[in-house]
Amino acid sequence: MFTPAAKATAEKLGLTLGHPNLEEFAATLEELARANPNIIAVTSDSRGSGKLGPFGKALPKQLVEVGIAEQNLVGVTAGLAACGKKPFGVSPACFLTARSLEQIKNDVCYSDVPAVLAGISAGVSYGALGSTHHSLHDIATLRAIHNISIVVPADNFETHEAVRAAARAEHPVYLRFGKAPMYTLHKPDARFEIGKAITLREGTDAALIATGETVVHCLLAAAQLAERGIQCRVISMHTVKPLDVDAVLRAGRECRAVITAEEHSVHGGLGEACAAALLRAGVHVPFRIAGIPDEDTVTGAQADIFRHYGLSMEGLTATVTAALSRIGPI
Amino acid sequence: MTDQELQRKSIELRKTLLRVIFNAGAGHTGGGLSCLDILNVLYNRVLRVSPETFNDPHRDRYVQSKGHSVEALYVVLADRGFFPSSQLDTLCHYRSPFVGHPTRKIPGIEMNTGALGHGLSICVGMALAARMDAAPYRVFTLLGDGELAEGSNWEAAMAAAHYRLDNLIALIDHNTLQITGPTREVCCNEPLDEKWRAFGWTVRTVNGHDFAQLTTALQTPPEPGKPTCVIANTVKGKGVSFMEGVAKWHHGVPNKAELDQALAELDAALSVASVS
Ligand SMILES: [Mg+2]
Repeated sequence: MFTPAAKATAEKLGLTLGHPNLEEFAATLEELARANPNIIAVTSDSRGSGKLGPFGKALPKQLVEVGIAEQNLVGVTAGLAACGKKPFGVSPACFLTARSLEQIKNDVCYSDVPAVLAGISAGVSYGALGSTHHSLHDIATLRAIHNISIVVPADNFETHEAVRAAARAEHPVYLRFGKAPMYTLHKPDARFEIGKAITLREGTDAALIATGETVVHCLLAAAQLAERGIQCRVISMHTVKPLDVDAVLRAGRECRAVITAEEHSVHGGLGEACAAALLRAGVHVPFRIAGIPDEDTVTGAQADIFRHYGLSMEGLTATVTAALSRIGPI
Repeated sequence: MTDQELQRKSIELRKTLLRVIFNAGAGHTGGGLSCLDILNVLYNRVLRVSPETFNDPHRDRYVQSKGHSVEALYVVLADRGFFPSSQLDTLCHYRSPFVGHPTRKIPGIEMNTGALGHGLSICVGMALAARMDAAPYRVFTLLGDGELAEGSNWEAAMAAAHYRLDNLIALIDHNTLQITGPTREVCCNEPLDEKWRAFGWTVRTVNGHDFAQLTTALQTPPEPGKPTCVIANTVKGKGVSFMEGVAKWHHGVPNKAELDQALAELDAALSVASVS
């Protein structure tokens, strides 16, 4: 996931490599479920990929296995939630949000039950497995469905906090996790709230607004750019919906360019959400969306795909440089 | 309530159903008439739920998977006192909560349904929740026979048997028709009883317009460890001669003359039911 240069930059920033957000999710869920018997994990032959094996062993009565049947997974999750349980439906994001989209729309969102859906190994986490296993549509489709928050944590801290917040939520929440080990980006005293962006680094030359596993690459790019005298603001937009519009508008008004980054199609994701927020408010600023273009997606390891589409530290550094060079010298 | 009283109530409810659909200019007439006796028995004899107990966590749950027959559910709930029946005059009006499929905005309705193939999975979740809480409530759903083409039903059927959910009862409104025509011709899913048995369910087949048979099927305790499927053989458009067994009344709306004729037929049936 990280080139030697990226690792060196992370070291310079004093970042420590944590574990995959998926593992943090599973550990946090188990911790919550031990204290609250109403927390239920629902899996579709996905407890292994969801790192829920230990959960199932420790709390067998709190795990419901439905087999490879994602539509049923979401319907069952909704039924549990309607009867006083706090269920987390856990399945690879590619299946959960496509095959069972109607169940998400009707049984969960329209019926407004307090269910959580966890899309695991999201984006191009399964990069080499091909487009069947990529989820580049989930943020776009769920953004268009009323009554669900979309939360894409960047690191283990955000994951831990997001799972806890989702467990408290009274309305539907979609959590989206990757499976690569992530650097910890936050200080222990950071505050997390669904719908509130976190600024990781201040700057006004350019703003990098990112979500999920692209956030760390933005932070590394900002460190590279700082060595050249370019100061970037880096925002972790862990909640794509409801979007923290204030943070986006401040970035658009205070910075010379805005670059968004996401492990998702450029259609309908974080980038277009930010663009719409800026235009609606009459904020005109040089703007770039880094994401997966609308094409037959290249395959390979997640890191290969990030590099190919400019979502790595190097690619994002180049995008910021190009955006600023069109404006003229600082 | 006696069988005869239920029968009289069903005729009155059919009249209300037709008036409501006529006033709205929209509705699913045929399937509403086919499942009305089932709903009447459920709400007046079987379900442990009432307007007073609707917030009781131990109430029986009913989820109408064939959500398009919502008008029948509305008239039964209104009759049962969940809301004044005068509110049904707003069916399908601008901003009326009484839309063409069930929603939780209406007192007495548990889940928003209407896209087919959703109710049974929801009920599996509900029945599992009851089991986890060692709660006494039972979970009922009503499926259309055409609806069974949705594959999600069979995912849910397998899970219900796997989890030995004997607190779950699925009713099939087996009226043998769907919007295009006879289900056997559209895409045959018979024999239904053998399919449900093969999926691990107890199957009880009844005349879906016979109050005694419906009651027995719904009140006989389940086979321990098995979910129950009640296949209710029904007539689409039941109670109105020119609607019975005619696919076009799936969502056909009667004109004034048709409404009057239908009401006259039901009044005649009512006087017969009163003397018998
Ligand atoms: Mg039918």
